[in-house]
Amino acid sequence: MVAAIENGTVIDHIPSSKLFEVVSLLHLEAIRGSSIMVGYNLKSKKMGHKSIIKVSDKYFSDAELNQLSVVAPNVTLCIIRDYEVVEKKKVALPDEIRGIVRCANPKCITNNEPMTTLFHVTDRERGIIQCHYCEKKQNLEHVKLV
Amino acid sequence: MPTKKNLVTIAHLTKEELMYMMEMAGEFEKHPNRKILDGRVVATLFFEPSTRTRLSFETAANRLGARVIGFTDPKVTSSTKGETLKDTIMMVSNYADVIVMRHYLEGAARYASEVSPVPVVNAGDGANQHPSQTMLDLYSIYKTQGTLENLEILLVGDLKYGRTVHSLLMAMRHFNPTFHFIAPKELAMPEEYKVYCREHGIRFTEQEEFNEHAIAQADIVYMTRVQRERFTDLMEYERVKDVYILREKMLRSAKANMKILHPLPRVNEIAYDVDENPHAYYFEQAHNGLFAREAIICDVLGITLDDVKNDPTILP
Repeated sequence: MVAAIENGTVIDHIPSSKLFEVVSLLHLEAIRGSSIMVGYNLKSKKMGHKSIIKVSDKYFSDAELNQLSVVAPNVTLCIIRDYEVVEKKKVALPDEIRGIVRCANPKCITNNEPMTTLFHVTDRERGIIQCHYCEKKQNLEHVKLV
Repeated sequence: MPTKKNLVTIAHLTKEELMYMMEMAGEFEKHPNRKILDGRVVATLFFEPSTRTRLSFETAANRLGARVIGFTDPKVTSSTKGETLKDTIMMVSNYADVIVMRHYLEGAARYASEVSPVPVVNAGDGANQHPSQTMLDLYSIYKTQGTLENLEILLVGDLKYGRTVHSLLMAMRHFNPTFHFIAPKELAMPEEYKVYCREHGIRFTEQEEFNEHAIAQADIVYMTRVQRERFTDLMEYERVKDVYILREKMLRSAKANMKILHPLPRVNEIAYDVDENPHAYYFEQAHNGLFAREAIICDVLGITLDDVKNDPTILP
């Protein structure tokens, strides 16, 4: 349904509800010179429905890809060369999440001052992060992007 | 140049660092009036009013010979014109050697300490941290008990929103305490702090009844105010409002060394007949705030315990 690419990156198993957040995190709208295919709401045996993104002639850094763990921790990444999958990767939650998520506490300084947010991951398994500033712990499932 | 010191939170201080501060506060209690900060300027920026804390910090600075600048009411500052906190801090740091800041937003002190070229002392940031209060609480416990180790501490009243009891709990983790949480159900100690206790091997019990029997086991009774506006169910407030009042007759079986602490202001949670009782300590506790804050200001300015002990500027 979504055509194969010769070289580039495939991001698979994106929950459809998170597709546009993934697009936004990777700044796909700003990429020039790559063909980008987005498949939305495709049937999936594993997930019921999923979404997929294929970006030709583009390889992301681990830091860029690890940002995805914040919204879609179970995506699969395939690195494609000559139509072959040469590497499969999972994303890993970084120790620190900078400038990606908004603090859920309305009285936090980060929601009232033009500044970059920063969170420390305190519990990887349960997806708990702690605001570096107001120290409130929050669950990644409920966070909103900045 | 040495790295700049701040006091934003007490949660990360080690046992050695806390004991160092206790000893330094003790030195200032022996000689509170000095010229050790002669020529320095301390800025007190109070973005929300807090008379007690501000007076204590300003007295500490004045008694050490510093000059104080600042504001007590943000309405008179540019923050009402939309100036960011960062800009205010950058501006003030041109004038002052240290900034003492109270702010209504949580995390404001951490952020200020990151952008400020001069040390920042957190004098309370919203519901988050109030480390100088914790420092004076610790010093009061240390002074009255002769140690911080192995104490039985009753925390009474509003344990849900009470910032001071949460910070005290965390600071005491180094000293093998046993806590007894006494609160109405609606204001019980939040689960995250009970998890914290379990993770740090802090023993605790929980109960709703506040009575003579509970007090009898305690070395420290830390009272807080049960406020009406904290209740969603006003019937519940009416039921419990008189339960968490400490009265003199409840002190009959108290241990000789037991002291009653309260962060103040008190409303009615400690009856006035307790004030004359030798167990009452809340006014002395507030007085200890002066020595704790003298120690805090000097410490962030890079003045060491040795400097304080061998200080040639002590006034008679």
